[in-house]
Amino acid sequence: MDALETFRAETRAWLEANCPASMRTPMPEDERVWGGRNPVFKHPDSQRWLAAMVERGWTVPTWPREYGGGGLSATEALVLKEEMQRLRCRQPLFGFGISMLGPVLLTRGTPAQKAEFLPPIARGEIRWCQGYSEPGAGSDLASLQTRAEDRGEHWLVNGQKVWTSYAHLADWIFCLVRTSTESKHGGISFLLFDMASPGVEARPIKLISGASAFCETFFTNVEVPKANLVGNINGGWDIAKELLQHERGMISEIGRTVGGTTPPVDVIAKRYLGLADGSIGDPVLRDAVARHVMDDHAFALTLRRAAEESSAGAANGGLSSMFKYYGTEQNKRKFELILKCAGTAALGWEGEDFTEEELTVCRTWLRSKGNSIEGGTSEIQLNVIAKRVLGLPD
Amino acid sequence: MTLILNDEQQMLQQAARDFFAEKQPVKALRDLRDRADATGFDRNAWQAMAELGWAGILIPESEGGVDFGYQGAGQIMEQAGRTLAASPLLATVLLGAALVRALGNEGQRAALLPAVASGEKILALALDEGPHHAPLHTALSAEANGDGYCLNGRKTMVLDGHVADTLLVVARTSGKPGDANGLSVFIVPPQSAGLHCRRLNLVDSRNAATLEFTSLRVPAEALLGPLDGAWPALSAVLDGGCAGLAAEMLGTAQEAFDRTLNYLRMRQQFGVVIGSFQALKHRAALMFCELELTRSAVRAALDALDTQNPEAPLLASLAQAKACETLELVSSEAVQLHGGIGMTDAEEIGLFLKRARVAQQTLGDARYHRARYAGLRQF
Repeated sequence: MDALETFRAETRAWLEANCPASMRTPMPEDERVWGGRNPVFKHPDSQRWLAAMVERGWTVPTWPREYGGGGLSATEALVLKEEMQRLRCRQPLFGFGISMLGPVLLTRGTPAQKAEFLPPIARGEIRWCQGYSEPGAGSDLASLQTRAEDRGEHWLVNGQKVWTSYAHLADWIFCLVRTSTESKHGGISFLLFDMASPGVEARPIKLISGASAFCETFFTNVEVPKANLVGNINGGWDIAKELLQHERGMISEIGRTVGGTTPPVDVIAKRYLGLADGSIGDPVLRDAVARHVMDDHAFALTLRRAAEESSAGAANGGLSSMFKYYGTEQNKRKFELILKCAGTAALGWEGEDFTEEELTVCRTWLRSKGNSIEGGTSEIQLNVIAKRVLGLPD
Repeated sequence: MTLILNDEQQMLQQAARDFFAEKQPVKALRDLRDRADATGFDRNAWQAMAELGWAGILIPESEGGVDFGYQGAGQIMEQAGRTLAASPLLATVLLGAALVRALGNEGQRAALLPAVASGEKILALALDEGPHHAPLHTALSAEANGDGYCLNGRKTMVLDGHVADTLLVVARTSGKPGDANGLSVFIVPPQSAGLHCRRLNLVDSRNAATLEFTSLRVPAEALLGPLDGAWPALSAVLDGGCAGLAAEMLGTAQEAFDRTLNYLRMRQQFGVVIGSFQALKHRAALMFCELELTRSAVRAALDALDTQNPEAPLLASLAQAKACETLELVSSEAVQLHGGIGMTDAEEIGLFLKRARVAQQTLGDARYHRARYAGLRQF
C-alpha cells in the first residue's frame, strides 16, 4: 500500500470513529456552523464535530500546524474530502476566514498578522465578511471609492460597500479601500477591521429567494489600527485578485458542497417522472439528465486532475477561473433541470402542499442565480480565461 | 486513479507529437485523398510506427509487443488526431489486436499478434451493420454447417476493411438482434469465397468498407473465443476502442482550437485583431473549458482500462460522449471563426470538420454513450 492509500485508510478510520452519525446526514442550510464570537450550533452534535475537526487541524487541512491547520498536501486534502464525501460527513465549519482570507494571509501576512488572525479562523472563533463590491464598483471592482485616510495613529475609513455577505453576523471584515486617487489599481489597500468598531452599520438586503444573506454596509469615520494593513499601502489590488482566486474556487464548489440537502438530479427525475423499464420515464429528460450528470463527472475529474498537477508541482493557474465559471453555470443548469423534472412540485413558495425538500429546491434554484454573479460574473471569468490562459489581446 | 502522465508517458507523448508533425502532417492525408491512394494510409509510415513499438503497444512482450498500456496508446492516438493521420492504429491495434488478445487461443494469438506487432498484418473488425453503431443488433448469421460455419449478411463501416489481412467478423450464432447472448467472432481471410468487399468513399478520406457475406464458409477453428459468448470480451474491447478514439478526437479538437486561436490573434478587421472582440473571446473560453473536461475524462478512461477499474465501461462512455460533443462544438466554431477562408478546400481546417463527423459516428455517438452511461448508472 502506498503512502496515500495508508493515509486514506487512517483517515477513513478516524472519521468513522469521530464523526457522529447525526453529522453524516444531509445538512439543512440553517444547520451550517459559521463560528464567530456568538456561534450558533442549531444541531447539538455540530459543536462536538467541530471540536474534533479543530483538534485535528482539519477545518483547514492544508494550513501549517502552527496556525491551527492539518499540514496536509493538496492530494492528502483531496483524499480527506473524498473520504468525507464517501461517509457523507458534514463540512464542520463554513466561513470566509477559512476559504478566502486565511489563504491570503498565509502568503501575504506578516508573522504577527498570521499569529493573530489565523488560529482563531481555524478554530471558528472569529467570523469574517468581505468588503469588496460597492454601488458603483461591481465587475469594475477597481473603481471602488471607499477611502481610508492616514491619520497618523490610525486609518480613518469612510464609504459604502454592498453585497457584503453576512455582514450583519460577522465579527471582522477584510476590506478594499482607496488610499490614493493617483492611480486606479495602484491606489487600493487591503485593511482588516472589527465590525464592532464605532461607525460601522450593516443593513440586510432582501433577495429574490426571500433570504437576506447580503448587506449594504456603511462606514462613517471608522478608526482602524495602522497594523491592520495587509501588504503594502496602495498594494492591495494584487492581494484582492489573489483572494478572488480562492473565492472563485469556493463558489465553484457550491454545487458539490459536502452534505447538501438536494437529492441528485437522477433521483429527482425518477421520482417525479416515473420509470419505464427501470429508466427515467421521459426519454428526452433522461438524455438531459445523463448529459448533466456526465458533465458533473467530467468536472469532478478535472478538479482532481488540477489537484494532482498541483501536487506534482505543475499547477495550472488558468484552471481556477474555469472552475468558477463552469461550477456555477453547472449548478444553475442543475436547478433548471430539477425544475423541469419536478414540474410544479418545485415551484411552491411556502405552505403545506409542498414538502420541505420541494420548498428548499425552489429557494435554492433562485439562490443559484447569484452564483454566476458573485465573486466575478461568468462574463468576467470568460474574459479572464481569454486573456490569461488563451493570450487573446485586449 | 492517476490523471497526470508519468515520465515515460510524457516521453512517448513528445515522441508521438514529433513523429506525426514530421512524418504525417495534415498534408499527408490530403495527398492520400488527392491521388485516391489504393491503400488509404502510408505503409512506410506504419512500418516506422511498428518499429517504434506502437503497433504492439497493447500486445504482451511474450507475443512481440511492448505492452505499454492504454494511457500510452492514448497519447499516440491524441497526437495522431492532431494531424488527422490515417493509420491502422484504431482498427488493428485498439480493436483487432485487443480482441485477439482477449479471446484468442494460443494458436490464434501466435498466428496474429506477433505479425501485428511487427507491422506485417493489418486487422479489421467487422461489427456494425447499419448507419448507427449498434453492436447488440448484430444480425449477420453464422450457422453451424458440417465441420464449420456458414456466414450470411452484411457489414458496414469496417475500418480498414478493404486492406485488412485478416477480418474479425462478429456474427449471430443464436438468439435475435438485440440479445447480448448469441454473439460469436470468426476469423475470416479476406480472399474467402462468398465475400464481396466495397471500399466506402467517406467525407473524411479515411478507410472504411462494406462487406457482403454470401454463404461464406469457415472451418470450426475460425471461431475466436466462446460460441455465443463473445459479448463480454467484445464489449470490453469496444471500451478500449472508445477511449482510444476519444483520445484521437481530443487531439483533433485541441489542434483545431489551437489553429483557431492563432487565426484570432492574427486576422485583422476594423483595424484590430479579431481576437480582441469580446464576443469571440467568450466563444474561445467556452471551448477551452470543454476541452479541459474532455481531457480529464479521456485520461480517466485510459487509466481505468490499465488498472482494471470496474468503472472502465462508465468512463469509456463518458470519454467518448464528451469527446463527441466537444469535437462537434470546436470543429464547427473553427470553420465559423476562420470566416470565408475556412470554407475553402485549400485551408486545412475544413479537413478537421470532415474527420470530426465521421469520428463522432464511429463506435457510437454522444447520444448512444449518454444512454449507455445512464443505463450503467441505473437511471
